[in-house]
Amino acid sequence: MLSVTDLACVRGERRLFSDLAFDLAPGEWLHVQGENGAGKTTLLRALVGLSPPAAGEIRWRGAPIGRLGEDYRRELLYLGHHGAVKEDLTPLENLRVAAALDGRQLDERDTLATLHRFGLKGREELPVRFLSAGQKRRVLLARLVTRQATLWILDEPFTALDVKAVDMLSALIGEHLAAGGMAILTSHQTMPMANGRAVKL
Amino acid sequence: MSALLAIVRRDLLLAMRRKSEMLTALFFFIIVVSLFPLGIGPEPVLLRKIAPGVLWVAALLATMLSLNRLFAADHADGTLEQLALSPTPLGLLVTGKIAAHWLTSGLPLVLLAPVLGVQFDLDASALGILVGALLLGTPLLSLIGAIGAALTLGVRGGGVLLSLLVLPLYVPALIFGAGAVEAHISGLGASGHLSLLAALLALAVFFAPWATTAALRVAME
Amino acid sequence: MSNRLINWFKFASPQSFYPLAGKMIPWFWALTAVFGIAGLWLSFFVAPTDAVQGEGYRIIFIHVPASWMSMFIYLVMAAWAGLGLALNTRLSGMMAQALAPTGALMAFLSLWTGALWGKPMWGAWWVWDARLTSELILFFLYIGFIALQAAIDDPRRADKAGAILALVGVVNIPIIYFSVKWWNTLHQGASVSLTKSPSMAQTMLWGMLLMALAFWMYSIAVALMRVRAIILERETHTEWVKELEAVKR
Repeated sequence: MLSVTDLACVRGERRLFSDLAFDLAPGEWLHVQGENGAGKTTLLRALVGLSPPAAGEIRWRGAPIGRLGEDYRRELLYLGHHGAVKEDLTPLENLRVAAALDGRQLDERDTLATLHRFGLKGREELPVRFLSAGQKRRVLLARLVTRQATLWILDEPFTALDVKAVDMLSALIGEHLAAGGMAILTSHQTMPMANGRAVKL
Repeated sequence: MSALLAIVRRDLLLAMRRKSEMLTALFFFIIVVSLFPLGIGPEPVLLRKIAPGVLWVAALLATMLSLNRLFAADHADGTLEQLALSPTPLGLLVTGKIAAHWLTSGLPLVLLAPVLGVQFDLDASALGILVGALLLGTPLLSLIGAIGAALTLGVRGGGVLLSLLVLPLYVPALIFGAGAVEAHISGLGASGHLSLLAALLALAVFFAPWATTAALRVAME
Repeated sequence: MSNRLINWFKFASPQSFYPLAGKMIPWFWALTAVFGIAGLWLSFFVAPTDAVQGEGYRIIFIHVPASWMSMFIYLVMAAWAGLGLALNTRLSGMMAQALAPTGALMAFLSLWTGALWGKPMWGAWWVWDARLTSELILFFLYIGFIALQAAIDDPRRADKAGAILALVGVVNIPIIYFSVKWWNTLHQGASVSLTKSPSMAQTMLWGMLLMALAFWMYSIAVALMRVRAIILERETHTEWVKELEAVKR
């Protein structure tokens, strides 16, 4: 489904990596490993189409992602370093707004249930500003559920999460893969999930 | 289309939760305009002569103040990336953000201008033309300013640089906007100026969101 | 045709353009000298004294070519910028960056000589004449371009952002010029034109043309020198720069 060939990325004038190639099929996930500054984030940003790679090709369902555009982005979910949540909005509003920007409407009850599942019960109506760092990340994780994308690209998804939340996220990724989804993630932790492959930068 | 409305609604909601930022720019506008009679003198003839220019220049400066925030907050918290990765075309979302910027920073200036115009002894018909010119001109300021805001996103000294880039591009809007009121006062009729402003606005509506989107993509790379 | 295209792309790489530019620079300096000397001789010794404006008018031999160049260089800069955005060639951005200071210099020269000429003619150093005002705004546009490029650290991003700004500027220049002209006629400002002197003699035209050519050659020579410096700066880490004789020393 996702196939990467001869990929090379540069930052500034420095070549981070070159000749990177891998394929990802439904139900598989990829663990991107590497030291700080090895280019993990740069790779993920190239994969989602934010920064074009210096060389190589990224194909989704056989077509280059640059040409697919919206069709690729509809099936894609990217969570970067930043929270991508609005501090002045409540968790519920954040999820609703994010979905509306994608051109979709969220079912109120499902959304609330999702927030509760991530331990945000009683905080749905509190501006995100008043939540802790871990709770903010949980709002993001709720978005994994409400967004319904095929390909998840997650940059350090386990940072700032407590043990319980880490288990919850692992389970969530497991469910996603079992349903035929795909995931690419960077993490310094060892990952307990099956069907995983690793790429070292 | 629903996504366009969604982003306008979101930005309006955010502006409502942060009213102080909006009000600061508005009070800046009021204060700058009120300083001119103090600096120049209170003769009604003189004030009537400079009123259009003063109100317009103050509107340009007040717009500059709010332009910084147009993309900066979304850039800082990562929402801008999410907008770029949304299935909705980024150009459409950018248009929505510019529209929301006008609603929160341009429209209040338009509504406030007649009150300040009275301070400058403008009569009712001149005030009408002033409001009309601002109504056509302030969206133009938001559109052109958005390009500058996108270009200077995350750049050292962005705020000052932004005014350096954008203010020269505001010259036509200033000339036709202030000119409309002057032409009306001197009995020449303002329709020529107003239609030129409208033409510029039409041009900017087509090109500015496109250039802004291109600049945002460069800034995010 | 296809042959020329291949050649063109070959020289679009900084590595092959660097020595080529080095070979061209002395020629352009020589041409600058030839045209400059001829132009100055014609304009100061041959061209007749103007009946109305006396000797002071002779500043137009600097002023008019500088104004032309300031506008023309912006167009060339925008063309390079557009090319860079469309084809993603690195040299284009460097050329645009190299041209900007020369363009700003020309705009500044035009403003300065305009002021020098205005004092005897209008009795004031600065008059809000339509041409001078547009020139002033053009100068601001150049400064904005240079400042934006200087403020962005990543050269690739600086090139692209500068390119977008240059293209936005090039769309706006006619609008600004037209609006300033309209504003000027409404306010009945000074509208004495430098170029429309009543008795524009044939020799004066030639003098102006030669001076314009000299300015042209100067701009090319300086831009090439600057682009060579930019290439060296940006490619310091590459092998070919390390092997250059001048760098080794």
